[in-house]
Amino acid sequence: MAARGPQTAQQRDRTDQRAEFLLGALASAVLVLIAFMIAFVFAKAWPSFAHNGLDWFGAGGNVDEQLTGIFNSPADPSDYVYTLHAWPLIYGTALITGAAVLLGTLVSLLSAMFIVEFAPGWIRAILQPVVRLLAAVPSVIYGLIGIIVLVPFFGNHVIGPARKESVQYVIQLDGSSILVGTLVLTVMITPIMIAITVDALRSVPRNWTEGAAALGVNRFRALRTVGLRAARPAIVAAAILATARALGEAIMLSMVTGSVAFAPNPLDGVTFFFEPTRTLAAQIVEGAEGLSVKPFGQTMYAFAALLLISSAFLSFGGWLARRSMRKYTLAPR
Amino acid sequence: MSAHAQTRLPTGLIGRIRGSDSWSVGDRIGLAAAWGAGILLCLIAAAIVLYMLVRGVQYLSLELLFSHPQPGLDQSKSGGFLDPLQGTLALTVIATLIAAPVGVGIAVWLTEYGRPAWLARAVESGVEIVAGTPSIVLAIFGLLVFQEGIFSFLSYEATPGVSFGRSFFIAGMIMSLIALPLVVGASREALHSVPRHVREASYALGKDRISTIRRVLLPASRRGIGTGVALGMGRIVGDTAIVVVLLGATLQNDPQGGIPGLGFLQGTGSTLTTYVYNNSPVGEGGSPEKAYAAAFVLLLIVIGLNFVIDMITRGRGPSWTR
Repeated sequence: MAARGPQTAQQRDRTDQRAEFLLGALASAVLVLIAFMIAFVFAKAWPSFAHNGLDWFGAGGNVDEQLTGIFNSPADPSDYVYTLHAWPLIYGTALITGAAVLLGTLVSLLSAMFIVEFAPGWIRAILQPVVRLLAAVPSVIYGLIGIIVLVPFFGNHVIGPARKESVQYVIQLDGSSILVGTLVLTVMITPIMIAITVDALRSVPRNWTEGAAALGVNRFRALRTVGLRAARPAIVAAAILATARALGEAIMLSMVTGSVAFAPNPLDGVTFFFEPTRTLAAQIVEGAEGLSVKPFGQTMYAFAALLLISSAFLSFGGWLARRSMRKYTLAPR
Repeated sequence: MSAHAQTRLPTGLIGRIRGSDSWSVGDRIGLAAAWGAGILLCLIAAAIVLYMLVRGVQYLSLELLFSHPQPGLDQSKSGGFLDPLQGTLALTVIATLIAAPVGVGIAVWLTEYGRPAWLARAVESGVEIVAGTPSIVLAIFGLLVFQEGIFSFLSYEATPGVSFGRSFFIAGMIMSLIALPLVVGASREALHSVPRHVREASYALGKDRISTIRRVLLPASRRGIGTGVALGMGRIVGDTAIVVVLLGATLQNDPQGGIPGLGFLQGTGSTLTTYVYNNSPVGEGGSPEKAYAAAFVLLLIVIGLNFVIDMITRGRGPSWTR
């Protein structure tokens, strides 16, 4: 913005400077907010990390029992209980997030290709509001449908009695499972990924894909080998943003994943998919009522600190990926 | 994006060239999967909307909309969701009133000033970080801050020197953070799409930058800003975690102190989302019929907001290319 116009009165110049300063201060407040957030949350969470050391991240014992112990700590601050091995929660979060993002990437790439290239006009006209609607449905509605429709369906019809008996001394299988959580979460994060991928595919220069088609490959292959490859940074950015979104999903997952701090065991074969778990974000929502109990609250803030730092890194990564794309004018803004 | 919409031919990315007709098995499977994915999305959306419609029509009655929720296990006596409905409206208004001006201000600074460049880059990534922070983390951060005694005027003093930290004011302030990135993003895009010569014409007429922004750029980006605000309102209406932590999610709206309007804002309450959550099988209320009815109303609000966005983006704005 070098163009400043003809010289105006000094007073008006000063108004302009003042406006710039005020708006700049407003914008910088965002940075102050983030700094405060990290500082406050970590300061509050510190005792939980400090008492457990690296064991905090490890496995061992039953998390639910440990949390009850923390909640029922003696009133004397020097007797506070902090012992916690949070591995099942971390593992559950990583499992559901990872599975949903993988599945979501696949679905969103296919649907983006469909929207950009193969869909007839009328289906494309329907798909745009459909994607927007799926993105806008509140998570509590997804959770409600999940727990009233999907969970009983899996519990009564898909998981047979033999399977329930096979693990009945370890965990109850009632349908609330990582499978239902992953499926619903995929539906929730796919729309964002589709929107970003469609934008990127549309901004691939036409003559690249046309060139491929003119060289004699079919339209699907032209789009897959040239279009998707050119849009790769956008796809990475979409996956990163979706991961951040999935990490923070609390309400829906606390409703449909059974809310047991259990680490599903892949060695159980198919049963693995029907085992319940609990994610970090869901744990915070469920522990919200106990925040006033000091050691318990500090433990919740430790979970929040872990989420905060991972989502901050993810958003920063997504921002970097999209920034680097602007060079090639394939950037969704 | 709008530029692409104009130059894009209706035939898709590859356009007039038909491509080869030799389709390998893999390509055929891929094409079928693409069709499948597209149709699956439509089916999921249709299933959600139809299911909620059937349940909503089945269980919703005017009485539910206009009666206060009451405690009690007997579902015929537990009332409706007037309070959550008011809570949703109040919270949306408060949060939007904060997020819209702040978001537009940040967007204006980023596009029109953006000096020094390193600060602009930092703010840009900062907005992304706020966008990526889980709302439950924002919520308990808000609780941490607003429980400090000096903020007790926003709720009330629970014990001397410690604020209760839960009220419409506080929930609205934190709620505005989840709408903020959407407002900033949409406003930036709208400001970017105003061509340079429009600004230069304004400077040539002797306007300084701030009056150019006020008189020319902001009116020209009305539609983009409107879209961002509506998107943000959708997020606010649908959020549950912040309401659970910062609004108390009490059964009824519970004003504090004697002053009617202010007392309401200092008090706790609930919104449709927490009403649904508490009445679902995981909550304490345990009344799925009422959860369905409230969820249907919630979905109607969200779909209504989507329509608003559609109207805004379809309406004719200033066209610089003509």
